[in-house]
Amino acid sequence: MKKWFLLPFAALVWAPLWLLATAAVTGSAELQLTWGPALAGKGQAAWTLLPSWPTLQPILQLLLDTPEYFAAFWNTCAQVFPQMAGQLTVGAPAAWALSRLRFRGRRALQALYLILMLLPFQVTMVPAYLTLNTLGLMDTAWAVVLPGAFSTFPVFLMQRGFDTVPLPLLEAAAIDGAGPWQQFWRIGLPVGTPGVLAAMTVSFLDAWNALEQPMVFLPTPLRWPLSLYLTNMTGQDLALTMAASLFMLLPAVLIFAFGQPYLEQGILAGAVKG
Amino acid sequence: MRGNYAQTRRRQHAAPWLFLAPSLCGVTLFVLAPFAETVRRSFCDTLGRRAVGLANYQSVLQNAAFRLAVRNTVRFTAVCVPLLLGLSLLLALALRSRPLRGTRWAQRYRTTFLLPMAIPVASIALLWQVLFAQNGLLNTLLGTHCDFLGSDAAFWVLIATYVWKNAGYTSVLWSGGLDAIPKELYEAAAVDGAGAVRQFTAVTLPQLCPTLAGTGILSLLNTGKVFREAYLVAGAYPPQSIYLLQHLFNNWFLALDLPRLCAAAVLVALATLAGLAGLRVGKR
Repeated sequence: MKKWFLLPFAALVWAPLWLLATAAVTGSAELQLTWGPALAGKGQAAWTLLPSWPTLQPILQLLLDTPEYFAAFWNTCAQVFPQMAGQLTVGAPAAWALSRLRFRGRRALQALYLILMLLPFQVTMVPAYLTLNTLGLMDTAWAVVLPGAFSTFPVFLMQRGFDTVPLPLLEAAAIDGAGPWQQFWRIGLPVGTPGVLAAMTVSFLDAWNALEQPMVFLPTPLRWPLSLYLTNMTGQDLALTMAASLFMLLPAVLIFAFGQPYLEQGILAGAVKG
Repeated sequence: MRGNYAQTRRRQHAAPWLFLAPSLCGVTLFVLAPFAETVRRSFCDTLGRRAVGLANYQSVLQNAAFRLAVRNTVRFTAVCVPLLLGLSLLLALALRSRPLRGTRWAQRYRTTFLLPMAIPVASIALLWQVLFAQNGLLNTLLGTHCDFLGSDAAFWVLIATYVWKNAGYTSVLWSGGLDAIPKELYEAAAVDGAGAVRQFTAVTLPQLCPTLAGTGILSLLNTGKVFREAYLVAGAYPPQSIYLLQHLFNNWFLALDLPRLCAAAVLVALATLAGLAGLRVGKR
């Protein structure tokens, strides 16, 4: 009995996904009939559980005949993956130092990184703009990639992952002659992998979803990522937009399915420490 | 041998800074140094040459749009963070309660409630409009004719979307804290005759305090991203009830109103710092 009582809440998650998936295989004429009224403001939108005439036409049209969509998809990739690579190469060593190395100023730096992480984008966008403008990087993919790559949020998450590496293990390695770099590379990274993967999963979802950064730093619509392109796709063919929405969702859900165990592990490791 | 030892020691002293160097350089280049410039410009005119004293701050604080945005942002945070923390704690407790605990169903539910955090805002932007419009699907279902996106109701749609998106993630955070509570405490409380409710208030809640800090910080962090959901609900020109600071900053940015933008950024930074300091004092 009790296992059912959460079902209505689960439905709140699955219903929108169901609507999204079914709308992507509904023809534009039918969608215009059922959903059109909601957007046109005349008549009343109607629910349908399944399309009466399922068709792959919108998906095919999207994949074969919508070059703007591919341009936006490529823009997203060019902004997301370099950013993640940067976060990994720059953030992991920093997180390691803040978590496992003892040095003067460590607490102050931890506090600084926490504050930087909590500053809202409204505060950091102005300084970032000043630097990007000086370097002449505005309106290029770098304008989104570089400030994102130095974000302190992944550092915070990875730090919590590295906190699980036992210090005695490192001391033993040091006695055996392992230098700081070897300790990081041979012990820290392998043991801290769940934390790193959790951080990368969160970063990916965040970057894939980025809206305010490209909005401010990329004035030219040609350079917009999918997130911005799609939210401004109003007035176009309904069915086509729904197909595009589905294809934007798929990579995120795939990465989520891959990262979920690490996410739970990584979050738990951090939360226990409080 | 001695020289070798000294060399090792020196290397160990340098190591942390070498590890941190790339990150610190980037943070300095993109945040710290330009933030100093932001502070300077907040006291200058548009070209950043002539000092104008506090005029920019005065202009920002007297600006009606700024006041509205601050009010909305504060109201939003004050409503949704406690709401999210409470609901997700209930969810975590429900997933750990007896018949569900450790079953395949619990894992299925966990995945289900985590899923919204993976759903990009852009994917559901159009769907949300279809759902919540005046002639939309939700009104069809309820038989009403309410304009969810155009009125004060938009604020609550925004709150609901925020909770929908973050409840799963936050409940996993709580779950970690619940795992860390020693079983003996519950046994001792049961021996003393405490019922389920008393056990919750006397054992669970006090023991969750350390988790509250981490969970609260991450929830607060996510409220900063709520602009995405606001954009999802209402586009670039939202109704008054969900006009947030990010909307205002975007407008001033488009108008290239740098002096006011800088002054406002400094004000928001100060408010954030004051809030954090307040939390720290409160924790003590």
